[in-house]
Amino acid sequence: MNNPQLTASGALQHLLSVEGLPREILVQILDTAESFCGVTEREVKKVPLLRGKSVFNLFFEPSTRTRTTFEIAAKRLSADVINLNIAASSQTKGESLLDTVANLSAMQADLFIVRHAQAGAPHLIARHVKPHEHVINAGDGRHAHPTQGLLDLYTIRHYKKDFNGLTVAVVGDILHSRVARSLIHGLSILGVPEVRVIGPQTLMPARVEALGVRVFHDMRAGLKDCDVVVMLRLQNERMRGTLLPSAQEFNKHYGLTAEKLALAKSNAIVMHPGPMNRGVEIDSSVADGPHSVILPQVTFGIAVRMAVMSIIAGN
Amino acid sequence: MRILIANGRIIDPASGRDKVGNLLVDGERIVALDAEAEARSRADHASRVIDARGLVVAPGLVDLSARLREPGFEYRATLESEMDAAVAGGVTSLACPPDTDPPLDEPGLVDMLRRRAKAQARARVYPVGALTVKLKGEALTEMAELAESGCVAFSQANEPLADTQVLWRALQYAATFGFPVWLRAENAHLARGGVAHDGEVATRLGLPGIPAFAETIALGMLLELVRATGARLHVCRISTAGAVEMLRRAKAEKLPVSCDVGVHHVHMSEMDLGFFDSHCRLIPPLRSTRDRDALRAGLADGTIDCVCSDHTPVDDDAKQTPFGEAEPGATGLELLLPLVLRWAEQEKLPLAKALARITSDPAHVLGIDKGRIAVGASADLVVFDPAAPVRITAEGLKSQGKNSPFLGYELAGQVRCTLVAGNPVYESAAR
Amino acid sequence: MSALPDAEKLCSELAERIRPHLTPNTAMIGLYTGGAWLAERLHALLALPEPLGLMDIAFYRDDYHKQGLHHDPKRTKIPFGVEGRDLLLVDDVLYTGRTVRAAMNELFDYGRPACISLAVLADRGGRQLPICAQHVGAKVEVPAGMRLRMKRSDSGALSLELEVE
Repeated sequence: MNNPQLTASGALQHLLSVEGLPREILVQILDTAESFCGVTEREVKKVPLLRGKSVFNLFFEPSTRTRTTFEIAAKRLSADVINLNIAASSQTKGESLLDTVANLSAMQADLFIVRHAQAGAPHLIARHVKPHEHVINAGDGRHAHPTQGLLDLYTIRHYKKDFNGLTVAVVGDILHSRVARSLIHGLSILGVPEVRVIGPQTLMPARVEALGVRVFHDMRAGLKDCDVVVMLRLQNERMRGTLLPSAQEFNKHYGLTAEKLALAKSNAIVMHPGPMNRGVEIDSSVADGPHSVILPQVTFGIAVRMAVMSIIAGN
Repeated sequence: MRILIANGRIIDPASGRDKVGNLLVDGERIVALDAEAEARSRADHASRVIDARGLVVAPGLVDLSARLREPGFEYRATLESEMDAAVAGGVTSLACPPDTDPPLDEPGLVDMLRRRAKAQARARVYPVGALTVKLKGEALTEMAELAESGCVAFSQANEPLADTQVLWRALQYAATFGFPVWLRAENAHLARGGVAHDGEVATRLGLPGIPAFAETIALGMLLELVRATGARLHVCRISTAGAVEMLRRAKAEKLPVSCDVGVHHVHMSEMDLGFFDSHCRLIPPLRSTRDRDALRAGLADGTIDCVCSDHTPVDDDAKQTPFGEAEPGATGLELLLPLVLRWAEQEKLPLAKALARITSDPAHVLGIDKGRIAVGASADLVVFDPAAPVRITAEGLKSQGKNSPFLGYELAGQVRCTLVAGNPVYESAAR
Repeated sequence: MSALPDAEKLCSELAERIRPHLTPNTAMIGLYTGGAWLAERLHALLALPEPLGLMDIAFYRDDYHKQGLHHDPKRTKIPFGVEGRDLLLVDDVLYTGRTVRAAMNELFDYGRPACISLAVLADRGGRQLPICAQHVGAKVEVPAGMRLRMKRSDSGALSLELEVE
């Protein structure tokens, strides 16, 4: 099966998923992001790479945060950014996804940043765009959120220098998490020896161990000797119902407290893709504590997205 | 009209016959075989001769599930296009499920469909009536009336019947009159929201899953109700290894049950979803390779009675969407024969045995005297070249539904000629 | 093929040519990759008080739309204020002038220097932009279809080599 993200010569044409990315491309993205980190620290935070290119932010599912980080990244590359909140326009008028894309393509788009509630929507779009157009997945259903996965990898590399010998735990709602899937694939490509997922059985997808992870239902056992702890956001609508009885009970067993974090290595870092539910999956003392790298993650996210866009748009 | 089909390899799965010979058709029936056929045809020079040298002559295929999309979905396919597809695929008898719009829950609708189909004078159409009004799973249909107008069985198609009391009553009522009930085994609550097999691939692709036990739990309940009511049950489109095993035991127990599998499930598994190929969005979902292998074994040993095309034409717009929003189903009438031949070849099964699963066995489930070759039997026949390659392309398919996960594949098994009631209703362009 | 000049010798000579032009306000920036190696040597030879700056112009190249992003861009590090500085850009080989153009563009995103001058180990001619070097190790003739590159051995010795383009 050929990889729909790569050109015939193996260059990155679209970024749809971390899964299946060759290790070299993954490392190239992280290395390039590191150079862009230098740019984002300057007085003038802009480089002329994507001058004259049009980046369409195509959000079929509302998200202010991710859309904004892509917008900042594109603007720092000197691209023109067009934000489209499709949830509120064409789709509700019955226009098909591909018609919407064809229309935007007629407006001379170069890059589509796509978020969609349905897994696989960016793949579908990527199959139908013109050869010079590129698609970046900004989150599709439960499937993938590759730029988030990449920024998580960047953060881990930044603080831990090396992926060898690390133990990484991902905690919470694995079932619905595209962030978890993207990160797990990335960690496995980069050779992290132990990736753990921690959560109740109701929040674990079927045969999750096939992704190469160890499953823990007991958070204390799962956190033991971890180098990296990634907390996932628990969506409000899932806090009460058939997946979980209450946010309080979830917090008691799977919320990250200073006391539970003490079971991890003393130099462990704590990550969260945001936005956080303080007091549910993470306590404020941890979120704001010395192990937290949650805010640097956001900063790195811009550089990582600049790297992805500049590599893809140049291919 | 008299037609001599000469020097073909005549296979009759019902009797196990598999040898080269002649077959004479007169009017609607087969009137002579082998030496007698030749002799009688020589005496009467009016006979048309079809040279079947190197070809297989088999009973026309009997398909237990083909959606013709009439009434209600004519924009997707019409009776004309789908009947063309049927005979081009060698299918001479087909059962159509009741999920039309409106559903087949009134004698008038059934009657109209039968008359429309008859006017086409191509494949024979056997309507399956709705088990509950509007397929809503709430109130029973007038089954006896529907049977009188031509329904051969009663079904919910892919609609759930979640209320177990209604299900129980429906089976009791059908059993009262001896009507067969055709149901899929799927627990509606467990399947809710799912679009793919709840396994490794769905987890990887982030698709909401339907667990295998949604099928086995529902099947367990159905079998229990069969024991309680004595209803004749045909389980449609089983998809799991667990269900195969349960049906094997149910048959050993001599319960009045039969079952079928969709032809796509004989070949494909969750792995074929690849990167969200919406052509692989099917009901039931494509399951694990282990399940697929169990289905193949069950089909070979007879636990599974027949293979059907589960023909479901879907227009391109309804497939060119993200996987979860794509309309389920695949076109199948024209793929049934090549895909069954492929299965037989891969499993090294005798052709007669493989063909039984799409001729005599489904005819038995339908309770019709079709699907066999014998003097006096209906001249519903298919003449095909088992080795000739067929490339599956959108343009090549007669069906209006071009939706197939096998698009681009090269399969073997080319239909040369199809006869229904002695009429050549399909002949491929001479090569 | 005519012998190429000895890069080690040129490097020392270049340092001596630059020395009279240094001011207390001079700071040096080497361009990746060859220019950075050369700048490290010159910086040491000239004992400049300001730390050395290193620059990768990948994000400013004018062939991005044709060639895409350079595979492994290094992080630009300029550990001094550029504003009002006498800057000395260092590169190994001067050819079309496009790299220097890109470097100057990038520099101006850091601030407004008082002046910029350019030092190169070898000038092979072939300029496509109105750019010239103030300090040149040697002029080198390069046959058509060949590329002149500076190499650094494992022991750190610099050399000039010709490669097929």
